[in-house]
Amino acid sequence: MKLYNLCIHELHEKLKKKEVSSIELTEAVLERIERLDETLHAFITVTAEDALSAAKDADARISSGDELTPLTGIPISIKDIFCTKDIPTTCASGILKDFIPPYDSTVVKRLKEAGAVIVGKNNMDEFAMGSSTENSAFNITKNPWSPDKIPGGSSGGSAAAVAAGESFASVGTDTGGSVRQPAALCGVVGMKPTYGRISRYGMIAFASSLDQAGPVTKDVKDAAIILGVIAGHDPLDSTSINKPVPNYLESVQGDIKGLKIGIPKEYFIEGVGKEVADAVKDAALAMEKEGAVVKEVSLPHTEYAVATYYVVATAEASSNLARYDGVKYGYRIDEPNDLMDMYCRTRDEGFGAEVKRRIMLGTYVLSAGYYDAYYKKACEVRTLIRNDFDEVFKVVDLILAPTSPTPAFGIGEKKNDPLQMYLSDIFTIPCNLAGLPGISIPCGFSEEGLPIGMQFIGRSLAEDLILKAGACYQGITDWHLMSPSL
Amino acid sequence: MKITKQEVEHVALLARLRLTEEEKELYLGQLDKILSYVEKLSELDTAGIEPTTHSFPISNPYREDVVKPSLPRDNVLQNAPQKEKGCFKVPRIIEDN
Repeated sequence: MKLYNLCIHELHEKLKKKEVSSIELTEAVLERIERLDETLHAFITVTAEDALSAAKDADARISSGDELTPLTGIPISIKDIFCTKDIPTTCASGILKDFIPPYDSTVVKRLKEAGAVIVGKNNMDEFAMGSSTENSAFNITKNPWSPDKIPGGSSGGSAAAVAAGESFASVGTDTGGSVRQPAALCGVVGMKPTYGRISRYGMIAFASSLDQAGPVTKDVKDAAIILGVIAGHDPLDSTSINKPVPNYLESVQGDIKGLKIGIPKEYFIEGVGKEVADAVKDAALAMEKEGAVVKEVSLPHTEYAVATYYVVATAEASSNLARYDGVKYGYRIDEPNDLMDMYCRTRDEGFGAEVKRRIMLGTYVLSAGYYDAYYKKACEVRTLIRNDFDEVFKVVDLILAPTSPTPAFGIGEKKNDPLQMYLSDIFTIPCNLAGLPGISIPCGFSEEGLPIGMQFIGRSLAEDLILKAGACYQGITDWHLMSPSL
Repeated sequence: MKITKQEVEHVALLARLRLTEEEKELYLGQLDKILSYVEKLSELDTAGIEPTTHSFPISNPYREDVVKPSLPRDNVLQNAPQKEKGCFKVPRIIEDN
């Protein structure tokens, strides 16, 4: 077993026993990046020097016998959407290509305080808008399992880096599936906690009522470790939830006897790959053997989720992205004729095609004469989608469903058909609209050798329960132990 | 068609995007297709349904009204495309009389 294949909880034990140093771990990961990332493109920025210096500090704390956190000295990476003080934060956009934040996002601050070693910033779709990481202004991230396939998106760099052993974990963001879908397509674990569980301070905004940070890790126990560090109330985010954070490492223990799991029939429709449907059904049987009670449930408004999402998310995005005006930070065109010229050309040149498309759509649905027909209507349907979940959670404890209807598709395959691309998020979007926690877990491989993922969805703030179910599943299967041969 | 070229131009102006002719044509077709798909929402009767704009019931979190430290001005200006005398510099917006 190579060092870079190990999980955080295994490395933590080795660090404690001084079998390995943080410097060695950091060098192992940096070597992986050096060797692989020229073709994989999972990183936008690599911070080797800062990482080695943080690793040295961690080693000093370990040898002096200081109390360690589960993340002390562990090399991780961060999606390039989180502000990192004095380190470029581009959001994979031309408009922010030279942006250097003067402060750390709360997520990064908490990871640093826990002693994590940050090795770099992961590639993504520009402003997190995409399902394939093909919309990055820099490079297209490749799927570590097959270089001609997309890694999923928008946190494609995070998932590819963790799958390839270029970092031991990453933190991504999930607005409509952007952590869970790439995790599923790269064969790693990806979690979107309850909306508000993790502070959004310093996380570049896409759709503020849906955006939520979440861990990308090799296994469920590692997700519990990262979540425990980054979750919790933050006075700097007025939408962050002021409730205590449970000890998630305790949550992942214990059996699931009597746990009621619902399988939504609307998630096994035409368009879902047979291999995906079979893998999820096999997982349900495995959970049943462990004592869970599995039953079919119905989420009748599932088919309206994508339409609802692309109205709500683009409306919010068009408003959030108004801040990129060439005045305070970011790109500005040379020699504008006047202020209007500066705004319009800066934004046309600075944003990529998908971002402009979504700004256009969002501006349209909010514009006079269309607001009621599109935006208000979508917000009402969002209520119906939430109500579906409320009803189902009266009879089951959690939901089990496919994460993505298919394994990874080919690079370029959906690039020119935005609607087809949007439909690939059909099973992840409802969770965001309802604000519920979800976790994607590897549950098999296609005949082609591509990873398949399934997700558990829980009630609001039931992170502990979905982690427990996930850990139980990983205790009886070994899909999460597979790694691509790179 | 759900959307016309004039509407694409109007929306681009509202969004402060100077689109090329090719972009206008491209977005016209793509937005039309997306809006036709979104039309499926009208199949649902939502009379009497309260709209959801936020998934968690939090409103108006207050804090004590006390002065707290903020970023030094140099840091605030460090990413400005143009600056002068501690201010953001923009093209002239007031005409000479």
